[in-house]
Amino acid sequence: MKQRLLGALTPGAWVGLVVLVSIIGLAVLGPLFAPHPLDEPIGVPLTRPAQGALFGTDFLGRDVLSRTLWGGRSVLGLAGIATVLAYSVGMAVGLVAGYSRSLLDPLLMRASDVMLSFPALLFLLVLVTGAGSSKTVLVIGVALVQMPLVARIVRTATLEQSVRGFVEAAVARGEGAPAVVRREILPNILGPVTADIGLRFTYSIILVASVNFLGLGLQPPEADWALIISENRAGLTLNPYVILVPAALIASLTISVNVVGDAFARSLGISTARRRLVR
Amino acid sequence: MTEPALLVRALCIELDSGMPVVEDLDLDLRAGEVLGIVGESGSGKTTTALALLGFTRRGVRISSGTVEVEGSALTAGGERVVRALRGRLVSYVAQDPGAALNPSLRVSDLIGDMLRSHDAGEAAENRVSAALKGVNLPSEPEFARRFPHQLSGGQQQRVAIATALVCGAKVVVLDEPTTGLDVVTQARILSEIDRLRSEQRVAMVYVSHDLAVVSSIADRVSVMYAGRIIEEGPTAELVARPRHPYTRGLLSSVPDPVRPRRLHSIPGVSVGVDDRPPGCAFAPRCLQRTESPALSELPPLEQIGGDYRVRCFEWRRTPPLEVEEAVVAQTVERGRVLLAVESLEAGYGRRRAPELAVRGVSFGVAPGECLAIVGESGSGKTTLARCIAGLHPSRAGRVRLEGAELASSAAKRVREQRRRIQIVFQNPNESLNPRHRVGNAIARPARILRGLPAQEANKEAARLLGLVRLPLALADRFPGELSGGERQRVAIARALAAKPDLVICDEITSALDVSVQAAVLELLAELRAELGLALLFITHNFGVVASIADRMLVLESGSIREQGTVASVLSNPQDDYTRRLVAAAPRVVTSPSLPYLSEVE
Repeated sequence: MKQRLLGALTPGAWVGLVVLVSIIGLAVLGPLFAPHPLDEPIGVPLTRPAQGALFGTDFLGRDVLSRTLWGGRSVLGLAGIATVLAYSVGMAVGLVAGYSRSLLDPLLMRASDVMLSFPALLFLLVLVTGAGSSKTVLVIGVALVQMPLVARIVRTATLEQSVRGFVEAAVARGEGAPAVVRREILPNILGPVTADIGLRFTYSIILVASVNFLGLGLQPPEADWALIISENRAGLTLNPYVILVPAALIASLTISVNVVGDAFARSLGISTARRRLVR
Repeated sequence: MTEPALLVRALCIELDSGMPVVEDLDLDLRAGEVLGIVGESGSGKTTTALALLGFTRRGVRISSGTVEVEGSALTAGGERVVRALRGRLVSYVAQDPGAALNPSLRVSDLIGDMLRSHDAGEAAENRVSAALKGVNLPSEPEFARRFPHQLSGGQQQRVAIATALVCGAKVVVLDEPTTGLDVVTQARILSEIDRLRSEQRVAMVYVSHDLAVVSSIADRVSVMYAGRIIEEGPTAELVARPRHPYTRGLLSSVPDPVRPRRLHSIPGVSVGVDDRPPGCAFAPRCLQRTESPALSELPPLEQIGGDYRVRCFEWRRTPPLEVEEAVVAQTVERGRVLLAVESLEAGYGRRRAPELAVRGVSFGVAPGECLAIVGESGSGKTTLARCIAGLHPSRAGRVRLEGAELASSAAKRVREQRRRIQIVFQNPNESLNPRHRVGNAIARPARILRGLPAQEANKEAARLLGLVRLPLALADRFPGELSGGERQRVAIARALAAKPDLVICDEITSALDVSVQAAVLELLAELRAELGLALLFITHNFGVVASIADRMLVLESGSIREQGTVASVLSNPQDDYTRRLVAAAPRVVTSPSLPYLSEVE
């Protein structure tokens, strides 16, 4: 399976994969290599790159490089946990709704429609204002925004599979719903679902970054790419690196996640068809 | 000899990768003549059909050779030049009119677009109504204002034919124009085509997999295999005395609804575009193969009579066609009833206002018997099958298995009942999970329904692969790596893994090539004799019924029109509807005079 996944990747997808792995590496291991402490001034605020400060200093005179190396964990971590959370709930809801063919389906779907009718960012801001800004609230908020979308995609994919002959054959031999879903449906919806995981993760990153940028998520003096951009907005002309470096990292992260997600989905989706051709 | 309407010389078509799809193809066609091109999937017949318009699908190109219509080349000149010729000199009728007609255009615009793109400014409205009249469609403006979805399948295909003819094309290429239509509609379209070619002196190329249909319409037939013409000649001669072993095999595979006969399939699997052997592509499956000349040598298309050509070194040795009576398996236990269906009703939609698909159907199946349920699309035959399998809720009536009433849904039946009734679906691509290996797919019912432990179930799967004549190595493959025929055999093996008493076969051969269909039918007949299986065989094909079933019942709009033994129903149908169906069922005939059509109208 793994062999097949990697074997089918295009050169573009390989570039995406390399970028993604290096950014994740940077976010996870970066703090080990930070040359300066996270929260101590090392020189004049907003100086351009100089000896000892590769990307210069921020508005409080702290080392931009060190803060950037620290600042990936929160973005990746919060967005990652939120995506996993959204997927574990959304997938269950989608599978149940798509396969049940009972009253459960309209109930679950109308509920998710209601959730979808709130604009995502507004919902998050209201939640954070109401429940206080903490990492938990942020993660749950982002997961809540994503969950109905996940449920809807999984439900559609499930519906499509559940009328196919092999599912009917399983039903006719009396297999229970959990077995049918796990053995017959789940393996066949992995393609669209993988593509969607990439998309959801990207969106989670953007949401987390947006809330942090607006100052309603993580609070100073924490280092976070979005927070760094937000804090130093005014200093853009004095030391552009303080904005450009974290911004470039967020951008490359979201793009590479998307590229890789699509590539995996494609190789999962077409692998059988392609092998038939090759034969 | 008059100038040919269509002249194809040394046409070669290849994939962008350089892999040949069609090689060295020569065709001649005179005005008013119908040439049938017959081939199975992968033979290159559709690619050829499109190339006759100077067109190729994406990823395919004409690498050399010429296609000329009335002296104008469609293989030279730019896209603009060729496009001006298409429709005016040569036009195309596609297989599925439902997909080929733009659903957002009215009939008048569908035909009018063709007119506008060739001679603008003409009195289009009159010509549209004339074109509609020409194919026996209502010519009033109300009809021309309809959209394709408001027409029946037959009307759609007539509109497509009218569009193809409206600019006075000299050559019309028809690509499986009646596949997917009901037999009665098919017979009407065929007689329409026949009338048009004689009235308008249009030359036609009729591409099809169905030798029976082609034999009833074509003056000459070209048989294609692996991208080459392997035999070509006047229809009557070719059908009565084929010289190429492949053509002979193909003809032995076609079931006959009137004179039931034993089918003989062609051994082996049809070659794909990428695994064509050097030399004669049919050699690996050929029983007349010799070592000299060497296997890598390509036999020439030899002229063996005035108008007859064959591509085979050994054509002199090809034996004449044999007609053997169908052997009826003597396993039926009369007097006992395995399955009884009693005034069954089933439908779709809301409970209060249901649309009934099955309206009070009753019949019985004896142990070891093969009962065919025949009907056109929409007759309710698949719904009936699904009710018996427990996949569709019935609204009224009962299904009994040896006297015990079966619950409406499979989940509520006891395991023993689920085991004894198995179903095989129409489309083998859909009925096997693409993510499960063949061996596991077959072993699963043995575990679930017979309670075999994993290891024994796997052994059982291996045995069943042998039983359906598949190599053991297939157990580790995924369905995507198998051909359609192989997949259908796996689906049959999966049904047999439950050791059923009754197998419901829902149109299981309709997605297969004729030679593969013959092989599957042969297999089923053998399995019946070996295992004493009862079959409920659902189909629309009378030929198939004749070669496999003991008894049949004809279903129309959810009700039984007629039932009885196959021999009596087919030779002496009592019901009007049955009589029309039987008359319209295509058979291989030696004169292209459409003999059966008079009875249809």
